[in-house]
Amino acid sequence: MSVFEIVRFAIRGLFTNRLRTFLTVLGITIGVASVIILLAVGNGSSKAIQASLDRLGTNSLQVRSGGGGFGARARASASSQKPLTILDAAALMDKTQAPDILQVAPIASTNGTCVVGASTTTPSTFYGTWPAYYKASNTSIQSGSYFTNDDVTQGRRVALIGQTTATALFGTTSPIGQTMRCSGIEFTVIGLTTVKGASGFQDGDSLVLIPITTMENSITGNQPLSSIIVEATNSKTTDAAQTELTTILDARHGISGRKTADFSVFNQASLLTTASTSSKTFTTLLGMVAAISLLVGGIGITNIMLVTVIERTREIGIRKAIGAPKGAILSQFLIEATILSVLGGALGVLVGFIGSHFTIAGTKPVIVPASVFLAFGVSILIGVFFGGYPASRAASLRPIEALRHE
Amino acid sequence: MEAVRAVDSVVDKLPVIEVRDAIKRYGVGDASIFALNGVSLTIEAGEYVAIMGPSGSGKSTLMNILGALDNMTSGEYFLDGIEISSMDEIHLSIVRGRKIGFIFQSFNLIPRTTAIANVELPMAYQGVKTKERRERALVALDVVGLGDRINHEPTELSGGQQQRVAVARALVTRPALLLADEPTGALDSKSTADLLDLFDQINAAGRTVVVITHELDVAHRAKRIIRMRDGKIVSDELNKERVA
Repeated sequence: MSVFEIVRFAIRGLFTNRLRTFLTVLGITIGVASVIILLAVGNGSSKAIQASLDRLGTNSLQVRSGGGGFGARARASASSQKPLTILDAAALMDKTQAPDILQVAPIASTNGTCVVGASTTTPSTFYGTWPAYYKASNTSIQSGSYFTNDDVTQGRRVALIGQTTATALFGTTSPIGQTMRCSGIEFTVIGLTTVKGASGFQDGDSLVLIPITTMENSITGNQPLSSIIVEATNSKTTDAAQTELTTILDARHGISGRKTADFSVFNQASLLTTASTSSKTFTTLLGMVAAISLLVGGIGITNIMLVTVIERTREIGIRKAIGAPKGAILSQFLIEATILSVLGGALGVLVGFIGSHFTIAGTKPVIVPASVFLAFGVSILIGVFFGGYPASRAASLRPIEALRHE
Repeated sequence: MEAVRAVDSVVDKLPVIEVRDAIKRYGVGDASIFALNGVSLTIEAGEYVAIMGPSGSGKSTLMNILGALDNMTSGEYFLDGIEISSMDEIHLSIVRGRKIGFIFQSFNLIPRTTAIANVELPMAYQGVKTKERRERALVALDVVGLGDRINHEPTELSGGQQQRVAVARALVTRPALLLADEPTGALDSKSTADLLDLFDQINAAGRTVVVITHELDVAHRAKRIIRMRDGKIVSDELNKERVA
């Protein structure tokens, strides 16, 4: 009895029950594919966070109004809070008091709708700022030009817009030099920013940037800044820069002793570290879900093999009566189980690879090579071990018992 | 030379089946039942034997033991000179494959498998080469008159045809013993007659045939009739109709 022969018997056995074979393979395929895809999604999201960490640089700080907490105390002291102003931003540019701060960009923000003819759009980001913002926020333009410090000083009605806003307002025609009306004020579009893509659920290209002076003069009045972006001279001086800016703002806002600060400083790097940690938790959870589905697939194989053995007990009896040795029966069922799991595993890897090419929940999956080997290996082990038990039960049946089975 | 001839004739006369004091007991203590209660039996090569008895007489148990499908509680069994009673499962599977050809009441063909593949199967387990296997299977199917049905699956064959495939499968390994358990139980009278004619031919060719049956007309085709009752042989006589 050659191995080839037994493999042939096993394949024939699988072919006589096509639907069952298909469903079992499907179970394993789903298990393996979900392990690969879910881990790839988790990995992709940490990679995305890592990328934005690299892009932002670790030398960027953000100052916002309000204390660190959102509790009752923070609200109670609201009346005594001083808002962040453009003067605060200017104070931070003092090279002697803050030698580690490279540049400072104030941000005033508003919610406004922009209109061109019949087209309207509400940009998710509508900021008033000045040119230091470009570098601090990693914004560049793909066509047109930036607004300059001169534009800011003169309060000119010029704007940079993102691709999404441009498409919404101007379609396929170039927005450069065109005019649009935002919050009732007419602006000339002078630049189109480089596509940033979506980050999380926010479209980074639904964007309008105008000189901060224009925003304060024409739209918002002397509303407080929403934040100030501070760039340290390099990544090593971020902490020093944070200390310096805190000292300056404490002095300006009269914060001392027991008085709680009315502003908070966000260190982008530490924020992203937190995000990256939660992304790891997320990946672990996804991995666990996937592992469970793989296990369920394995139980499926055991179940199918048990049913197969019971259903074919009589056939096993016949085979034994005409001289089939125990080894041949054992091998046949073991090979059936192995073929099921290898086939399911291979298809799962294939589906996993294909599935990982799509963007899932705003994340571009990045396959973890180890997950492919792990999922494939586990599926085969499951097939052999869980398939082995029914197989050895089948092989150990006494022929007379097996033949009596109806 | 005389001595050699004497040895040869002893070997020739080695019985195909020799059972001594076979006991098969189910259960223990007072509740135990003797399915076989001290059966001794010798069947020589080339015999055609019918084993008869009502249900519960132990004839099926005897058939299972003769076919090495079941083990006995005590006693000795030699098949073609080989002691079976003390053999392990691995060797038993070889014996079943090489020494015995089974024919069952319910045919017991492998479902969804063609006639030729069914006939080839025992040879596959013995490691016969594919080409030789095919040739021998074709010859065997031809002998039973199914040369034109080789690619039919069991469900596409009549009962009589299925039983003839089973006969071809039993014969193809050239066994020492053809063992049939109620072979006509599921057949109509025409198929029964055909099958019994086939048994006559097989026996005429020198093969030992043992048929277990409760049908008189089937038993009467055999040359020797053994009757059983309550786990014992109650009569063992030559069939005067068939043996001159």
